[in-house]
Amino acid sequence: MKAAGASRWRRVAGDQELLLLVLLGLLLVAVAARAPEVLTVDTLFNVARESMVTLVFAVAVLIVIISGGIDVSFLAVGIFAAYSAVSLVPQEGPAATAWLPFAVAVAIGVALGLVNAAVVLGAGVSTLIATLATSAVFLGVLFAFVGGTVVNSIPEPLRVLGSTSLLELPAAGRGTTRLSVLVLPVLVVCAATAAFLRWTVAGRSIFAMGGDREAARRAGVAIGPTVVLVFALSGALAGLAGMTHVALSGRADPTTFFGGELNVLAAVVLGGALISGGRGSVRGTVLGVLLITCIRSSLIPLGIPPVWQEAVIGSLLILGVVLQALASRVKPVRAILDPADPVLAPAPLRRDVVEAGDAR
Amino acid sequence: MADVMAGTTAGTASEPTAPVVAARSLTKAFGGVLALDAASTAFSAGEVHCLAGENGCGKSTLIKILSGVHPPTSGTIEVGGSSYGHLAPRQALDLGIEVIYQDFSLLPNLTAAENIALPSFLTHRRRFVARAAVDAIAEQAVARLGVDLDLRTPVGDLTVADRQLCAIARALAHDTRFLAMDEPTTTLTWREVDALFDAVRRLRDDGVAIAFISHKLQEVFSIADRVSIMRNGRIVATGRPEEYTHSSLTESMTGRATSALARETPTWRDKPPALEVRGLERLPLFTGVDLAVGQGEIVGLAGLLGSGRTEIAEALAGVLPATSGTVLVRGRPTRIRTVTDAVEAGIGYVPEDRLTQGLFLDQPIGDNVLATGIGSFARFSVTRPQRMARAAAGIVHSLRIKAASLQDSIRTLSGGNAQRVLIGKWLIGRPKVLILNGPTVGVDVGSKFDILSLLHAESLKGLGVLIISDDLPELVSTCDRVLVVRNGRVVSEVDRRDLTEKALLEAVAA
Ligand SMILES: Nc1ncnc2c1ncn2[C@@H]1O[C@H](COP(=O)(O)OP(=O)(O)O)[C@@H](O)[C@H]1O
Ligand SMILES: [Mg+2]
Repeated sequence: MKAAGASRWRRVAGDQELLLLVLLGLLLVAVAARAPEVLTVDTLFNVARESMVTLVFAVAVLIVIISGGIDVSFLAVGIFAAYSAVSLVPQEGPAATAWLPFAVAVAIGVALGLVNAAVVLGAGVSTLIATLATSAVFLGVLFAFVGGTVVNSIPEPLRVLGSTSLLELPAAGRGTTRLSVLVLPVLVVCAATAAFLRWTVAGRSIFAMGGDREAARRAGVAIGPTVVLVFALSGALAGLAGMTHVALSGRADPTTFFGGELNVLAAVVLGGALISGGRGSVRGTVLGVLLITCIRSSLIPLGIPPVWQEAVIGSLLILGVVLQALASRVKPVRAILDPADPVLAPAPLRRDVVEAGDAR
Repeated sequence: MADVMAGTTAGTASEPTAPVVAARSLTKAFGGVLALDAASTAFSAGEVHCLAGENGCGKSTLIKILSGVHPPTSGTIEVGGSSYGHLAPRQALDLGIEVIYQDFSLLPNLTAAENIALPSFLTHRRRFVARAAVDAIAEQAVARLGVDLDLRTPVGDLTVADRQLCAIARALAHDTRFLAMDEPTTTLTWREVDALFDAVRRLRDDGVAIAFISHKLQEVFSIADRVSIMRNGRIVATGRPEEYTHSSLTESMTGRATSALARETPTWRDKPPALEVRGLERLPLFTGVDLAVGQGEIVGLAGLLGSGRTEIAEALAGVLPATSGTVLVRGRPTRIRTVTDAVEAGIGYVPEDRLTQGLFLDQPIGDNVLATGIGSFARFSVTRPQRMARAAAGIVHSLRIKAASLQDSIRTLSGGNAQRVLIGKWLIGRPKVLILNGPTVGVDVGSKFDILSLLHAESLKGLGVLIISDDLPELVSTCDRVLVVRNGRVVSEVDRRDLTEKALLEAVAA
């Protein structure tokens, strides 16, 4: 009986999404107990707002991780794409042209993604080294040719879009609290990526490649084009994330994301994406991002000094990796002993059977 | 080469029409190793063509060149009358070339159904996958094979036998013109082999050209329409199966005659048993397991697939430890909760699934050999490289492992050689008991003989050996005693005096 209990616990540890929900629940309980005053709609909207950009970056990384690689250039791509798009598009125009900077940023993101793919395929180096290198090159090019100063006046249509609310509610204190309309495209992109990964042959090929590259090749997956697709998609999403950030913050600062890789990678790994490739889901990634944002915003109400923030997130990344190692050890056990074998039947139950038999 | 083929096939009356797939003097060098040496052969529609030969003679390499996994160093591939210098795997699939690879080449993270359906989605250039379409393709393939397979489970969680069935089902799911099967039956039961052969015969009658590789001579004789013998990367003879007998086929494969192992019982009765187990239990897998392996004794563990024999072995090796029971190694009680416990107690375990459990596939042969014994070469935790290198070279030599260099990775070795590395890896650590699960599965007759002789020689030095095997003749010829496992219990014992194939078969199937 003890063994059965233990294996149930291990199964919970194996289901990472369930575990994330449990952790989120525990965090909520802790905050409710220690600082109930922060449990307001303001906080909820804040968490949503903070999560949006991280989430789009996380989905970009998720695709690369599923394919069996890793991408550390996503922030550089995001900054590059958003900053150049802001300087390329006209400053004035009707609000309806707000899609333009987004389209330009996505296009630049795709182009940078193609550079990543070219380096990975051409030089035959690991994706980590390739994207580490391109990331430095992208930032260098950005500062040298596009500029490194903070742009405080972003194009008018973009500013208008960034300050449009989907939902406006009275705040806990004075005034109102709002949820940006940009949450809609973020949700659509997440749903579309999930559908792409699940329901298209290209999406399954990405999983196949991450599971075993050589076996995927033998099953007919064209490795080169799939790598190109993965990095193009990842670049497009990174461009979108960068531009979403610019629209939300109302300024374009090329140093804005420095050091933000940890958050995104930790969220993806906590969300159940296998660091060695072949496994991962958008749903898990959403939960991972939410958990990390919630932890970040509850450390202060919980009385934990902000200097610990990075350490906590780092520990979560380690936790995610440890969980993966545990989960890979949970193997389904099929019973071999004959179900009628006496050792399997607990004594009281057998007496019941005998009594039932007697009664008949 | 051409003259050899012409010479040996001239006797047959009906010469088939243009081949579906042909190898035209294919040569393949891997670094210094010449895996294929101007090999030419042809596969015709409606014919099962068996390739026979020792491990490492280049059979798999030939198939892999035909399916585009490797480009040839020289020579051409002919498909349906067109010549190709090399093929890409995708291109080969598009041409109707389907292969059941020796290592299965399945995707561990996808379900069996997806594994079976993915290639046909790709070759039909479909964009979307519908669960229903995937299931339909997979169910049809499994039905065609007439076996039971859990299609919803990720392939990585399937047993080795189920993985092999999945690889076979995948190859049967498509419209093929040429089907190559590289040792497809190594882990199958005879019932599944029968089902496979029925499917193969149907394909043959539909006009598919079939290449079949197996070390089991009965299989070769029961399915082949043509047999080609390979040695050292060359095709040395081609003929009809009627032209061969078991022993002439064996001899032309190995170039030497084999004989059975005659064995005196050397068991050291006056010493404590190498391994003694009492009341071993892990529910719901096995219970009440008592067994003893004397020093110098070779004991067999027989039973049907899924009877619990593998689980018992894994418990003793600390892979999936028992929850209760006593284990004594040379009389010393030991608790085995992890693999390290077992290694320290002197229990070596050569697993069933050597490709994923026993070896570091991408690491050099030398390092693999040393992986478990490393502790015995260290003094005060400092390893002594020269001594280690010498020991590794010694064991590789005495096991007659065929490799270009100790630096080559395990992946480059053929099945029989990889198995020798695995056994060598354990022997170097001087275990007191060695448990082997299917030690000769997928190993050719020559290597099989070598491996069994090696175990025999080690047992004479006092090693206790426990062999788990499906191969009844092998158990009969090698073991002093055989224990029979059924439904997670040791149910009977067949002693040396009564040890015949018939007695074992009855005990196992009873
Ligand atoms: N990828 C590889 N790299 C290096 N050597 C290889 C590789 N594949 C096979 N070999 C070598 O080529 C020879 C033939 O191997 P293989 O075709 O697998 O033999 P078989 O299938 O007949 O047992 C062996 O000596 C093996 O070590
Ligand atoms: Mg082979």
